[in-house]
Amino acid sequence: MATKPKLFYFCGRGRMESIRWLLAAAGVEFEEEFIETTEQYEKLLKDGRLLFGQVPMVEIDGMVLTQTRAILSYLAAKYDLYGKDLKETVRINMYTDGTLDLMLMIAVAAFKPPAEKEESLALVVKRAKTRYFPVFEKILKDHGEDFLVGNKFSWADIQLLEAILMVEELDASVLSEFPLLKAFKTRISNIPTIKKFLQPGSQRKPPPDSHYVEVVRSVLHF
Amino acid sequence: MAGKPKLHYFNGRGRMESIRWLLAAAGVEFEEKFIETPEDWDKLRSDGHLMFQQVPMVEMDGMKMVQTRAILNYIATKYNLYGKDIKEKALIDMYTEGIADLNEMIIVLPLCPPDQKEAKIALIKERTTDRYLPVFEKVLKSHGQDYLVGNRLSKADIHLVELLYYVEEIDPSLLANFPLLKALKTRVSNLPTVKKFLQPGSQRKPPINEKSLEQAKKIFR
Repeated sequence: MATKPKLFYFCGRGRMESIRWLLAAAGVEFEEEFIETTEQYEKLLKDGRLLFGQVPMVEIDGMVLTQTRAILSYLAAKYDLYGKDLKETVRINMYTDGTLDLMLMIAVAAFKPPAEKEESLALVVKRAKTRYFPVFEKILKDHGEDFLVGNKFSWADIQLLEAILMVEELDASVLSEFPLLKAFKTRISNIPTIKKFLQPGSQRKPPPDSHYVEVVRSVLHF
Repeated sequence: MAGKPKLHYFNGRGRMESIRWLLAAAGVEFEEKFIETPEDWDKLRSDGHLMFQQVPMVEMDGMKMVQTRAILNYIATKYNLYGKDIKEKALIDMYTEGIADLNEMIIVLPLCPPDQKEAKIALIKERTTDRYLPVFEKVLKSHGQDYLVGNRLSKADIHLVELLYYVEEIDPSLLANFPLLKALKTRVSNLPTVKKFLQPGSQRKPPINEKSLEQAKKIFR
């Protein structure tokens, strides 16, 4: 029997959250080892399990994978969430690269001093409203289908939902001009695997707080 | 007959250069439309051709592709430079992302304020010799093959060799302790398509100079 994928990261969202979402949406159970001390991190380094000395790291299918996008692409392909042909795949890549850019802005903002952090998060909301969400609203409008690509659930839908929920945490009214995205949000949230992941007690992580920031800073020495 | 791919960017390396390298290595002829004035930039955006209002953008096979990685992955798949299965692809992606991280530091260096430049260069050098090059030297040593993954040329080799040229531009001595990487660089540089791209007069772009940087800043305001 295949072992479950194992995720190595801090106990928080950061760059691992999109991976958790993808696995959960695909209905794949996974284990997590949380990095809480420098000693743990140094052991991972010493054992040569972090290719470039960084996390996220995921043990899956006999591989030790690092680099967020490499992991996400592998999972999307493995669980058939990557489109039916190359043209669908490239669209999924374009959309997910965009939403990942947006979410990484939020992840990075947590580590900035208060004034800069507020500015960064305001920029995230602005980008969401003017650069990213209008694009996805239009895509849904143009084809009138339930999912972003190929009339089939894909990685692009999972990541867009994740991004929408994250930006809503910063500004609850962010979808007010995007009726199709509101419908999309409801529809995708009701997919059984995702519904389960959105329940309290799942492996979904809360927004970064000062404790999380402190742990990461002390382990990674910055 | 399908038209040639058309690359939209400013006349410089930036984030488009790795796309130029990959197309060239795959032996694909391409055209370029340079963004040279603020008006060019305004028009490209207002015509709705840039999905997220950003370049690079590549017109290819009836699509207007944006997002560097999406474009590179499309080209690599189409021209068989992406491994034979999803596990090889995962390795290629992992290596590519590491290369991209170091390359990113080099790409943004020209934008760094003068008083921080020395420190940034020192960090790039440290990351090069301590974090990135040892990994790839070790990969080549571990299997003794000519290419990083699956005993076959892939996008990972092309991106890495491109990076090695930039490392050499910063400081040739950085490559001193990496004999297998030097051999890879020579090997890949001698592939006919790459050799051609390395000749003067090709579409390969030079390092940015003060004048081009000022011009780019004016365009993108």
